[in-house]
Amino acid sequence: MMWRYAIPIVMFVGLGALFLNGLDRDTRTIVSPFLGKPAPEFALPQLEDPEATLSNATFGGRTSLLNIWATWCPGCRDEHPFLNELSESSGVPIYGLNWKDDRAVALTWLDTLGNPYTASGYDPVGDVGIDWGAYAAPETFLIGRNGTVLYKHIAPLTPAVWETEFVPRITEDCGSYPCK
Amino acid sequence: MIPELGQFALVLALGLALIQASLPLIGAAQGRDEWIALARPMAAGQFVFVAAAFLILTHAFTIDDFSVRYVAMHSNTALPFAYKVAAVWGGHEGSLLLWMLILAGWTLAVAAASRSLPEAYAARVIGVLGIVSVGILSFMLLTSNPFDRLLPAAVDGNDLNPLLQDPAFAIHPPMLYLGYVGFSVPFAFAVAALLTGSLDKRWARWTRPWTLGAWLFQTLGIALGSWWAYYELGWGGWWFWDPVENASFMPWLAGTALIHSLAVTDRRGIFKSWTILLAILAFSLSLLGTFIVRSGLLTSVHAFASDPERGLFILMLLMLITGGALVLYAMRAGRMEAEGGFKLVSREAFLLLNNILLVVATGLVLVGTLYPMVLDAAGYGTVSVGPPYFNTTFSIPMLPLVLLLGLGMHASWLGMRGETLVRKLVPAAIIAVLGGIVLTVVVSRGLDNVLTPIGIIAGLWVVIASFWDPIMRLVRRESRTVPLSRAQWGMIVAHAGVGLFVLGVTVTSAFTIESDQAMAPGDSASIAGFDFEFRGVREVEGPNYDAYEAEVAVRRNGSPVTLLAPQKRVYRVQRNPMTEAAIDPALRRDLFVALGEPLGGNAWSVRIQYRPMLRFVWLGALLMALGGLLAATDRRYRAEQRQAAEVTPGRLVGNTETA
Repeated sequence: MMWRYAIPIVMFVGLGALFLNGLDRDTRTIVSPFLGKPAPEFALPQLEDPEATLSNATFGGRTSLLNIWATWCPGCRDEHPFLNELSESSGVPIYGLNWKDDRAVALTWLDTLGNPYTASGYDPVGDVGIDWGAYAAPETFLIGRNGTVLYKHIAPLTPAVWETEFVPRITEDCGSYPCK
Repeated sequence: MIPELGQFALVLALGLALIQASLPLIGAAQGRDEWIALARPMAAGQFVFVAAAFLILTHAFTIDDFSVRYVAMHSNTALPFAYKVAAVWGGHEGSLLLWMLILAGWTLAVAAASRSLPEAYAARVIGVLGIVSVGILSFMLLTSNPFDRLLPAAVDGNDLNPLLQDPAFAIHPPMLYLGYVGFSVPFAFAVAALLTGSLDKRWARWTRPWTLGAWLFQTLGIALGSWWAYYELGWGGWWFWDPVENASFMPWLAGTALIHSLAVTDRRGIFKSWTILLAILAFSLSLLGTFIVRSGLLTSVHAFASDPERGLFILMLLMLITGGALVLYAMRAGRMEAEGGFKLVSREAFLLLNNILLVVATGLVLVGTLYPMVLDAAGYGTVSVGPPYFNTTFSIPMLPLVLLLGLGMHASWLGMRGETLVRKLVPAAIIAVLGGIVLTVVVSRGLDNVLTPIGIIAGLWVVIASFWDPIMRLVRRESRTVPLSRAQWGMIVAHAGVGLFVLGVTVTSAFTIESDQAMAPGDSASIAGFDFEFRGVREVEGPNYDAYEAEVAVRRNGSPVTLLAPQKRVYRVQRNPMTEAAIDPALRRDLFVALGEPLGGNAWSVRIQYRPMLRFVWLGALLMALGGLLAATDRRYRAEQRQAAEVTPGRLVGNTETA
């Protein structure tokens, strides 16, 4: 018996163990390496107006959200109505990062489903997404007044997550909720 | 009473499967002829009982027996008759029964067509298929019984999911399952070979037609699914990289690699252990795929955790079948010493590259499919890596694959001078490049992506290189040479199919024009030189749905092209709206119109698409399947059987353990 013929079974068992473990574990403990650190530097043309720029400066020292979205992403469609609601009620400006997408399709999407974003950056290649450590869409970052990343949520934003994770941090950073 | 008979038939089938999975295998190991001889009768009996169960479930659907829970969940009195029959596989339990029926059918076919194999080897193959049967049958009986009663009976059924009420869908799962389940045959041949221990290259010869058969059904099944998604989902795309599609695509990729590696093992006696590993991989991915597709266990992964019984059972089944095969592989594969090496420029070397690239592609799809699923299973929510991930990463192994394909087809076994190969194909390459440039100029309006001409040239290159030999024979009027065999024609046709597919994919993804319009009666939209006039919407009534139907007249330069009638249907029972797109198909271009939402007044949102050369995508897939059919029915496999039958009159009990 040569050891190399055992490689497949070892890999198979390894994958199986990983999968079983993954089922039990709470992966919400995965943290962004940027938590508590300054947000990555970026500058992108805006989706609606290619002449205008979305960058760290756009946050303007306010508590802000950066939401990574794309039209090919079903989870983004799921969370969209809630984002629309938040843009009305939370007092926190929501910036979009339109990721690996097509400008025309993305604009149609905003026309049809409503536009919760103060502005969206257009990142067709996905470079800025990589800088922000995006694995998959949707992801939402909470950025503090001093420009640091306060929290990162992977997967669609839900009212429950909003209440437990975002509202306390916004209240602390901004001084009140809804933020003024 | 009758449904109970169905359940009883399944229990009997399980009993026979248990015998089939044990005694012939033990008999082959210990040289007991009377146990070996049990394999075929058990396989036949099992088929009879599974078929009986299947017919009984079909009967329950046709008579609207809503006291059977599964029927009540998936049918309705108003459902048209044909869909009542197709509804048998419209849900989890019935899909499993169909899966099982097809497995029993393949087993029966193997039992009938394996007379020329050594008896002990055939018994082992049938025995291994029996192990798979035991797994599936017990899964059905323990967790997913289609004959469970619903008491008191429902007054009327819940209806079949409207998405599935469609002719293409009615035949899509059986085709796909013929492919999925068909890969159990090469798997069984491989495991039987490992059990035998001695592996000569005849094993590969026997396995090839079965693998080709499974692969061609899988090809047709995937193509049908893609065609169905195109006109039924109303988005106008033909491939979405969603988990369900990927689930059928992964075993297809592995199966494609297997076909090519079998060719090497058959002709040269090398790559033996690798071929066996691919056979195990293809079937394992099929098993994984089946459960992703129809079980609802991974489609909404939440069910995995919420129904631990089913989830655990599936994991155990995968562990047993794949894990068992791999343990056996670890113990035995080392004995299969290669009978020689290969040269750098040879058919073998190209096929090795083919295998590496296809396995890499399979791995990329696997990662992209499972990563979001694992996150979702962990209660984390739905994320997508999305088409951008797949489109980008998938083209990395695929581009070299298609470019090398043209060369590999013309490389000789055992090796040749690289110069000879290159010289032979230079004219073909020149034609492909020039033709590609011309075609790019013709179809494109402004070039924005350098990959587009590369894709077009690659597609043309594969088509031309595929037909190069027959073309040259015609040109040189070589009538004296040996005519091309059916297997060679199979290779030519299938590869030309790959070329057309690449052309279709490239052109349609680069030059599709789509537009979402708000249209009121009388409004017109002009897209790609076609004028679409929206004439209004009227209400129509189907057997079990109500619909809005729009009338869209299409003209080009004033002369009428076609009249399209897209529908927006609401099925009465389940109340969900369905889009029935209207399509004017042509080889050169598809015109696609889907009716969206009413926008107030008389206006509706309308999605209009112009898709050049989309038909090439499915035409390519059809040619691939046709090539598979030609190759699978080549004389040499039948000759092999006759020959073997002549050499071994009566019965040959093969050597048993070790070599």
